[in-house]
Amino acid sequence: MSDAFAHSPKSLERGELRKLLRRQAMDVFMTVLASLLAVLAVSILFTIFGHILVNGFASLNLDFFTQIPKPYGETGGGIAQAILGTLVMLALAGLVAIPIGVGTAIYLSEFGRGRFAATVRFCLELLAEMPSIVVGVFVWAVLVRNVTGYSGISGAAALVVIMLPIIAKSVEEILHLVPDSLRESALALGTPKWRVVFKIVIPTVLPGILTGIVLAMARAAGETAPLLLTALGNSFFNLDLTKPMAAIPLQIYNYAISPYDDWHQKAWGATLILIVVVAVFSAAVRFYTRSKKIEIR
Amino acid sequence: MAEKKSRTKRRFREEPGDRIFRGLTLGTSVFVILLLIGFVLLLLSDSGESIVKFGLGFLTTSDWNPVETEVNKVAFGALPFIFGTVVTSVIALLLATPIALGSALFVSEYAPKWIGQPIAFIIELLVAIPSVAYGLWGLFVLVPFMRNVVDPFLQGTLGKIPVLGLLFAGPPQGQDLLTAGVILAIMIIPTILSLSREIITQVPKLQKEGMLALGATKWEVLSKAVLPFARGGIIGAAMLGLARAIGETMAVTMVIGNSSTKITPSLFTPGYTIASAISNQFTEADTPMYFSAVVELGLVLLLVASLFNVISRILVNNMAKLPGGAKA
Repeated sequence: MSDAFAHSPKSLERGELRKLLRRQAMDVFMTVLASLLAVLAVSILFTIFGHILVNGFASLNLDFFTQIPKPYGETGGGIAQAILGTLVMLALAGLVAIPIGVGTAIYLSEFGRGRFAATVRFCLELLAEMPSIVVGVFVWAVLVRNVTGYSGISGAAALVVIMLPIIAKSVEEILHLVPDSLRESALALGTPKWRVVFKIVIPTVLPGILTGIVLAMARAAGETAPLLLTALGNSFFNLDLTKPMAAIPLQIYNYAISPYDDWHQKAWGATLILIVVVAVFSAAVRFYTRSKKIEIR
Repeated sequence: MAEKKSRTKRRFREEPGDRIFRGLTLGTSVFVILLLIGFVLLLLSDSGESIVKFGLGFLTTSDWNPVETEVNKVAFGALPFIFGTVVTSVIALLLATPIALGSALFVSEYAPKWIGQPIAFIIELLVAIPSVAYGLWGLFVLVPFMRNVVDPFLQGTLGKIPVLGLLFAGPPQGQDLLTAGVILAIMIIPTILSLSREIITQVPKLQKEGMLALGATKWEVLSKAVLPFARGGIIGAAMLGLARAIGETMAVTMVIGNSSTKITPSLFTPGYTIASAISNQFTEADTPMYFSAVVELGLVLLLVASLFNVISRILVNNMAKLPGGAKA
């Protein structure tokens, strides 16, 4: 704006000068405001991470990873059964959700068109934004009520419903990145479509697909509300999928709402573990993706 | 024409392997549709008893008495929960939208790329924090902070203004509607930020450069070219944030108090949202009618959250269709 001054100072009357100053003051004000808001948002994040890190670190030790919870009053004990439960349910949910999710994504990107594909996409959107407690109610009504009771398998089913739409949506987006010319050249050689998909399309964007899957699993790992109504939680080691199963988020919740300081402390520790696991997974996959990124032109 | 073409293609070129492949992937897609239909049908049928008995009164009456006592008859009116959901999500939206929008403008328009991108990345990390972690932080850090610092401050300032002061009446307890709104605001900031950032970058460069060339200040460009262009999309981003705030369960359950079903103007009263009521009462629902009423809460939640989600998609997709919109 200093150019305006340089242009012809004489022709600037007092009123115009004031107007110019006001415009510039407003500009400076908004710049500062936007910067402050960004700083605020970032500092909120650092505050939360800071508290989790500091409080969580205090309660970590080897027992925390290898022992099961002790009754209140006894010191020590850990959340090993919850770590195991989360891993088991995640793995099981992945076994179901990944094929269905990737299958849906392949259908949408390779075959899907018209109204049917639009309907599928719409359903995926709604499922992805479904309040997680409603997922719990649904799985409770389908499985827990009459079939399985509170159990690891119903917990895994709830995680399938959480993961499936996220996987399908992200993988479809990634598959669209593969240029049609690649598909067409393979098809022109007489390759059947399924081989084109498995040999050309998927390998081209495999890192991206893996990212989508891992992010979906990370999201599922932190889900609490649906597990509350399905897996229920457990204070002991349990690999029997028909019995209630522990999970890290459930453990955090139960410890957090308990009246004991020692358990609150353990809730912070469990939260730190959960976040570190989620972050490490996401970071690892992001690193892997970056190192393998294939130039698509 | 197109249909005929694809039919010929299928008859002559599709090999058995492809037919199986298409069938399998089609099957998974059909599963997705059935899953959603199953959701709605199951919630409808399980809440049938309550829907039939209370009808619209379920949404408009405020007596929630699962157990018959001498004073109260058994009744299920979800208004207090609906009230809690509306109040907390409105607070969340009012707090989160300016912060998210300001940050979005900062990272995409004001800051140089090497500052803006890491900041956007950091803020979007907030999405990766599980909601139970927000709940834990809310319960042990935010609740005491609100009770000891923010609430007394609000009472001392805004609380003295007539009428407006009613919002801040009563002893601060920390676990209340206001705190739930604040934690929700924190949780939806990244949602609104990342979507509105995407939209702001879609504004055609020519329009911005044109205004700059005429001697406009940066803020004038933003307020007269960028924001009007992006308005629909930004509202859409806020609606998605709203949908998430409405459906959020754990964090809210842990800080909202879950103890009063009275509707009062004060934000300092503990309450329930629809979601927190479900998570608290689902396992307690021991009579068929009680259970049915809790499931109907789930149905209401699903419908409302989906509605705002759809509104958001429409607004954001309209943006993408505008000239210059698709290019970014």
